[in-house]
Amino acid sequence: MVKKLLQKFYVGLIFFFLYAPIVVLIVFSFNNSKSRGHWDGFTLKWYLELLQDRQILMALYYTLAVAILSSLIATFLGVIAAIGIHNLNKLQRKIFLNLTYLPVVNPDIVTGISLMILFIFFSQFTNLKLGFLTLLLAHITFNVPYVILSVLPKLKQLNSNLYEAALDLGAPPFYALRKVILPEILPGVITGAILAFTLSLDDFVVSFFTTGSGVSNLSIAIYSMARRGINPKINALSTLMFIVVLLLLLLVNYRTSKENSAKENLI
Amino acid sequence: MLLCFGFLLGGCSQKPKAELNVYNWGDYIDESILKDFEQKYNIKVNYDTFSTNEDMYIKIKSGSNNYDVAIPSDYMIEKMKKEDMLEKIDLANIPNFKNVDERFKHLAYDPHNEYSIPYMWGTVGILYNKTMVKEPVDSWKILWDKKYSKQILMLDSQRDSIGITLKMLGYSLNTRNVAELEKAKQALIEQKPLVLAYVGDDVKDKMISGEAALAVVWSGDAIYMNRENPDLHFVVPKEGSNLWFDGMVIPKGSKHKKEAELFINYMCDSEVAFKNADYIGYSTPIPAAKAKLDPELQKNKIAYPDDKDLAKCEIFKDLGTFIKDYDRVWTEFKAEIE
Repeated sequence: MVKKLLQKFYVGLIFFFLYAPIVVLIVFSFNNSKSRGHWDGFTLKWYLELLQDRQILMALYYTLAVAILSSLIATFLGVIAAIGIHNLNKLQRKIFLNLTYLPVVNPDIVTGISLMILFIFFSQFTNLKLGFLTLLLAHITFNVPYVILSVLPKLKQLNSNLYEAALDLGAPPFYALRKVILPEILPGVITGAILAFTLSLDDFVVSFFTTGSGVSNLSIAIYSMARRGINPKINALSTLMFIVVLLLLLLVNYRTSKENSAKENLI
Repeated sequence: MLLCFGFLLGGCSQKPKAELNVYNWGDYIDESILKDFEQKYNIKVNYDTFSTNEDMYIKIKSGSNNYDVAIPSDYMIEKMKKEDMLEKIDLANIPNFKNVDERFKHLAYDPHNEYSIPYMWGTVGILYNKTMVKEPVDSWKILWDKKYSKQILMLDSQRDSIGITLKMLGYSLNTRNVAELEKAKQALIEQKPLVLAYVGDDVKDKMISGEAALAVVWSGDAIYMNRENPDLHFVVPKEGSNLWFDGMVIPKGSKHKKEAELFINYMCDSEVAFKNADYIGYSTPIPAAKAKLDPELQKNKIAYPDDKDLAKCEIFKDLGTFIKDYDRVWTEFKAEIE
């Protein structure tokens, strides 16, 4: 009994630490005063101002565009690379795995500045300009390793005879890949894609160095307010984003639970 | 979906004549001014923000960004000027330059206003909570008083914190004397156990909620904090302090120099400057704009100190290669364990 209570208390404490900051942030998005120091009455003005703030809305648009595109492209590249690495011999696999780990352990600032120098170097011969394209390329670059590392364990679990059996039964290689391998490794692919999306969403350092004039993501917009104070409009935006993510999660959970119960009924 | 969203944002009835890329500190302009400017001149403004002079310098130095207007601080303007990173501003295209306070024209970092036009200005001083500090505050030395142990907030900013320490010791805050710098380092290390935290913008919340008794702050923020909590008072210490300016410049290689000058001129219009100063809460270098502000604020010595107080203040200079010694001293002080 005591043990049960302790367990409940412990879990409650963990959730409290995780969610208390978010609750405070949501509460203060309705605060009349610009200060986070004290409560000064309820207002919706920050939400109204947010909807009229072109700079923040543009930043939101670029953030989402880069996050969605870079995670999709990185997932595609990462899955192909993972299947390739999985089928190498031992020495080659070691070399490629280390090459994959390098960008993961590299400090952001090094990645950011080296990419910036690379892009500027290229811009001398081509008409590549620092901007949306370079920002997207940079995000794809740091996302790919994470996708590879999420997919590889799933490939290891795969029964290696499965693919051959499919070929024996007359499936062309690409068809076998699509219909046999992909469904098996799908959980890893989805994990990788979500990881890439999240990383892209909140990256500041690499983005700051690889973007150009007129293209900022939310991290850059928020971080640049550091000296003057974060405007409560950002609280309003964070609240809306939190609610959207929460609704999406609920929707996904609801659907999977429905599918599961449907499966059980079949059995 | 995303594409539609993009169109919504960029949706414009007529095609703009030209573009203008502006690079400013975060939350440092009344955004309606940008909209008004776009409508008045039919120029599309792309607006980006940065958080420190150094970040901005790296971006512009990299040469791949085509910013047309940037707003760095005094010592950074001097550095960029030395490194030939700025276009000359044609004052003939800035008729509103006549609106700028005579005191703030031809300052040491840009003697002929060839490269920069003042945007905002202010001082650095001590903000103290009347309920916790009973004695009169008039000197930097109070920040070294053991009485206020763990009730002092310092700025987590190299140039500012070393600068006020040098002032406390009676030296220039642009000193190039290594012995003086070493003394300042010793003083900072001595002070370390008394300091509650080295802060950035969180100083505002901490002071308003009464977490600390004394803090080093910029004058513009002091006005806001005093509004939120009337117990907070600001003073420019008698040893003198830092007087700072943020100025509008045109980075080298700007492709829209005409539009940039139009924008700088527009920002010096007294009505626009008033609107901007009213939103930001910092001090405007344009007297006609100041005259439109709330009379309370105009009389406010925090925002608009007397000339005799300003006379004691120094503007930061670019230290060239000597900044390496400042970097070293700051790092050594930061690494010191209490």
